[in-house]
Amino acid sequence: MSEHTHEPVPYRTFILIWVALLVLTAITIAVSRVDLGALNIWVALGVASIKSSLVIFVFMHLRQESKLFKIGLMVMLSILAIFIGLTFFDVLYR
Amino acid sequence: MNETTTYTGFWQESPRPGILGWLLTTDHKRIGIMYLGCIISMFIIGAVLGLALRLELIAPGPTIMGPQTYNATFTVHGIIMIFMFLIPSIPAAFGNLLLPLHIGARDVSFPKLNLLSWYCYMAGLVLVIFAMFGGGGVPDTGWTFYVPFSTQTTTNVNLAAFAAFMLGFSSILTGINFVTTVHRLRCEGMKWGRLPLFVWTLYATAWIQVLATPMIGITLVLVILERTFGAGLFDAARGGDPILFQHLFWIYSHPAVYIMILPGMGVVSEMIPTFARKPLFGYWAMALSSLAIAFAGSLVWAHHMYASGMSDLAVLVFSFLTFIVAIPSAIKVFNWISTLHKGSIELAPPMLFALAFIFNFAIGGLGGLALGAAASDIHLHDTTFVVGHFHYVMFGGGGFALFGAMHYWLPKFTGRMYNHKVAAIGWALLFVGFNITYMAMQAVGIMGMPRRYYDYLPEFHTLNLVATIGSWMLAAGLIVMFVNLWQGLRKGAPIGKNPWGGATLEWAIPSPPPLDNFGPEDPVVTKGPYEFKGVVADEY
Amino acid sequence: MSIEHRDDTGDRFGMWLFLYTEVILFSGLFILYAVSLANYPEQFSQASHKLNIYFGTVNTLVLLTSSLTIALAVSAIQMGRIKQTLILCWITVGLAIVFLINKYFEWSAEIGHGIYPGSEQLAEMGAGITVFFNLYYFTAGLHGLHVLIGATLIGVVAVMTAKGKVTSDRYVLLENSALYWHLVDLVWIFLFPLYYLIL
Repeated sequence: MSEHTHEPVPYRTFILIWVALLVLTAITIAVSRVDLGALNIWVALGVASIKSSLVIFVFMHLRQESKLFKIGLMVMLSILAIFIGLTFFDVLYR
Repeated sequence: MNETTTYTGFWQESPRPGILGWLLTTDHKRIGIMYLGCIISMFIIGAVLGLALRLELIAPGPTIMGPQTYNATFTVHGIIMIFMFLIPSIPAAFGNLLLPLHIGARDVSFPKLNLLSWYCYMAGLVLVIFAMFGGGGVPDTGWTFYVPFSTQTTTNVNLAAFAAFMLGFSSILTGINFVTTVHRLRCEGMKWGRLPLFVWTLYATAWIQVLATPMIGITLVLVILERTFGAGLFDAARGGDPILFQHLFWIYSHPAVYIMILPGMGVVSEMIPTFARKPLFGYWAMALSSLAIAFAGSLVWAHHMYASGMSDLAVLVFSFLTFIVAIPSAIKVFNWISTLHKGSIELAPPMLFALAFIFNFAIGGLGGLALGAAASDIHLHDTTFVVGHFHYVMFGGGGFALFGAMHYWLPKFTGRMYNHKVAAIGWALLFVGFNITYMAMQAVGIMGMPRRYYDYLPEFHTLNLVATIGSWMLAAGLIVMFVNLWQGLRKGAPIGKNPWGGATLEWAIPSPPPLDNFGPEDPVVTKGPYEFKGVVADEY
Repeated sequence: MSIEHRDDTGDRFGMWLFLYTEVILFSGLFILYAVSLANYPEQFSQASHKLNIYFGTVNTLVLLTSSLTIALAVSAIQMGRIKQTLILCWITVGLAIVFLINKYFEWSAEIGHGIYPGSEQLAEMGAGITVFFNLYYFTAGLHGLHVLIGATLIGVVAVMTAKGKVTSDRYVLLENSALYWHLVDLVWIFLFPLYYLIL
């Protein structure tokens, strides 16, 4: 591995992840047809989060990047959570 | 820039001759100079509009303009001063000039992106000019574009909002560039603990630019879409929520306050050690408090909205969080003062601006606490106290820091020195005029005068008159300062490498710096940015 | 070190930073969605049933597959298989076009039913449903714009690869375009359940 590039990820890995993504899509559609009340939305978001982690870590090569990339992502996600979370202090209690 | 032929260094070395050498340059110094030129021009236009506003308020009733003109004037004054002057001022102009020099790099990480960001800035500038003169009426919403008015007024809000979007894009590109540059291009030996404070504050600012700016982008796009389709996303009658607009707007625009002030704090942190001949007190506290301000600044946006009708719990939470920002800010002020303690202080012009910054920022900051506390804010909300407060922080802080930076670093980039005595006179006029204007404004605000009105009750007359007279002094100070800088930087005495005796990297290279900054050998850093042992100021 | 120098890791990091800004851009719309869902849970459910789940599902499959092909393209160029890289890039562009054609039919049908931002018929359906469809159009529209930009980027990089400007030693442009394309996929991964699958 040179200074600039990563080891190539084998095709097999990507195809397996793709299959996993399709299975998760099927799960999220199936679950959405069952009435779980308010839980539906959280299941949908949970499955979407798992799917996006697969995309981010494998398809986007985050696994192979240095710590800096991972910390950056964490910073962005925490700020996002703050933006959404603090807005709800207003919306839910108005 | 006709006289630049007399300059050496990056002014002459260029792959392309003439004007194309500027318009197509990827050199961070040339881009910085181009930014500075535009920013100062915008500042002058904005200042003239501000003076016109003050003149209108010299007496009750219409004096020089009517209500619609007044609304348009303060809107354009705000858009120019916020989006085209304060936000790009220190980061885009002095950040570009100095960041690579400070960390020992040849350029920023993405030089072409850097030029693109300048063109985005220019596009925003042209769009604002179209919004002003393009028919349909000058925007009259205030720089905040609050709904429902902004979705209903017939003036050119679409163009102005799109202009702000482009300026935001320019700011994002600068932010991406600076974060990457600080991580990837530090020279050998430039450990995190050896970064000058200016770099730390630019780094914190760049993160805000990256993470907060897109929010204003989407908000303004939604305003434009609302005006185009009439969808009603912010219209309560159609299921929308106008207060959500304010949330989205301030999620960016409050952190944006720190885009304006943090680099100014960095500039002051550079000047104070140099002119006190002492290492900066509490280096790591200063470095980390920059990041802390950037972080805490993104928690507090709704303190602009206590009177909007949002929930009481939110008022409580945001009021509490607001006080947290005071902690890192106070760390900075106390550390500057501690640096001055027992220092060998030289009152050179940049130092005067640095000291004025601390004074103004302290007053502005304390006023911020009065506004951050929900109880007193209900009384002060939408009065001229708010206007006085943010001018203390933005102009007295950010603006004075920019003027200080111009006095401190521009000789480096032109190789010539301005007249110190005239600079001190300009500074004195500015400082006194500034405090008269905005202190009077704060006082009349406490008495209850509302902001954004062209007219007022007779009992507010005296203080408004004082503020207007102060604004003339301020204007005189600006004229003296700009004329002195312009003349000095073109025809002043030539200077050597290090006129002030600074210890950061830029003072070790020729003035003006050559195109590749450091000559054939890459710099290697072996000491901190504020170790003055053996550093001697050049005579000039 | 000359002024022009190579730093692929820095280039990728810059791209990631840019993707953060894209996420925040979309998050503005997702905040509006979250708040409106909290305010109008039942109307959102009714409105969601008016969307055609088949279009949504097919487009999900299309985007996931295109994400796979562009990821494979990066591996292919790393292994020096230029021809495979080109094929995979063009398949990705093709899938992007399929996505947009699908979107076109979906939107035409809805607009044909009088459902679009600012329409009278939509306003008569009540506040919650109006908000849902406004957000749906703005979010999906912004996403569609990103599909267009991403496909253009990949097309340009494919041409550059064919001309030998992107090579197996120097392919950061392809990597960055792929990163952008994955972001388009990521947004859709959230958009799909939130708009098409509310019960």
